[in-house]
Amino acid sequence: MKNLIYVVFGMIFGIILTKSEVVSWFRIQNMFHFVEPHMYLIIGSAVVVGAVSMQMVRRMKLKSIDGEELVIKGKPFHKGFIIGGIIFGIGWAITGACPGPIFAQIGAGEYPALFTLAGALAGAFLYHSTKSKLPH
Amino acid sequence: MHWIFEPWNWYIAGPLIGFFVPTLLIVTNKMLGISSSFEHLCMILLPKEKHPMFNFNWKDSGWKVYFSGGIMIGAYVAATFLSSSKVHFLPEQYYSWSGYATLFAGGILVGFGTRYANGCTSGHAIFGLSILQSSSLKATVSFFIGGLLYTFIAHYIF
Repeated sequence: MKNLIYVVFGMIFGIILTKSEVVSWFRIQNMFHFVEPHMYLIIGSAVVVGAVSMQMVRRMKLKSIDGEELVIKGKPFHKGFIIGGIIFGIGWAITGACPGPIFAQIGAGEYPALFTLAGALAGAFLYHSTKSKLPH
Repeated sequence: MHWIFEPWNWYIAGPLIGFFVPTLLIVTNKMLGISSSFEHLCMILLPKEKHPMFNFNWKDSGWKVYFSGGIMIGAYVAATFLSSSKVHFLPEQYYSWSGYATLFAGGILVGFGTRYANGCTSGHAIFGLSILQSSSLKATVSFFIGGLLYTFIAHYIF
């Protein structure tokens, strides 16, 4: 039952992603072709609101509703952030989906996205199989 | 309220995504991210002894499988009950075997790239930038370099 809350949060996130059409291949194409500012404005305003609200959360030393210390951790940089980031960007432009939207496209009935998901699982497996040989 | 059934404007969706970050954190004490759900799904689908390379702390990502499932349900609700007309998210050419192959190949890049970069658009571009991480900024810039580079090359070659 405690996992139900994650499903609920996922549903809210899925509705926002789908209704704002950031899960659309067409919107991603328009973003990379600089045809419309829609995607840039969404990401930009999300980051501004996220950054201001997270600053407030930190300054006010808020705790979780269970009374725990909030876990806010950054990720230590390595070369993969650049190399893997570029590889992901190419995949994003091809599939019109980053990880969240892959699940959203499937839910919205765009069944070819199942192939994107299968590829993504294979890609994650491939990364873990080759991890020790990759520059980090 | 009829705007709900139309595509949402950026000034509605962007701030909602922004507020999602502290809300998720305060209610569940989880940092927004999705791409590690791929690893977790691999762990579920494959027998454990077959892939000893998965010796990372995969139990931490279990909640993301429920979260990803929720995204699917939410997208179904949005597309079925909250849309005045059918909206297409994938172009027609992807409804073919060559399209499936393209999506599978692109999916490999998404899965490999996000795990190598230790995050995706949610974990780096939204969460990482919201907590002002320079490593996430570098990753986000790399996402766009990759996407723009491919778009530019594809535009002039195909």
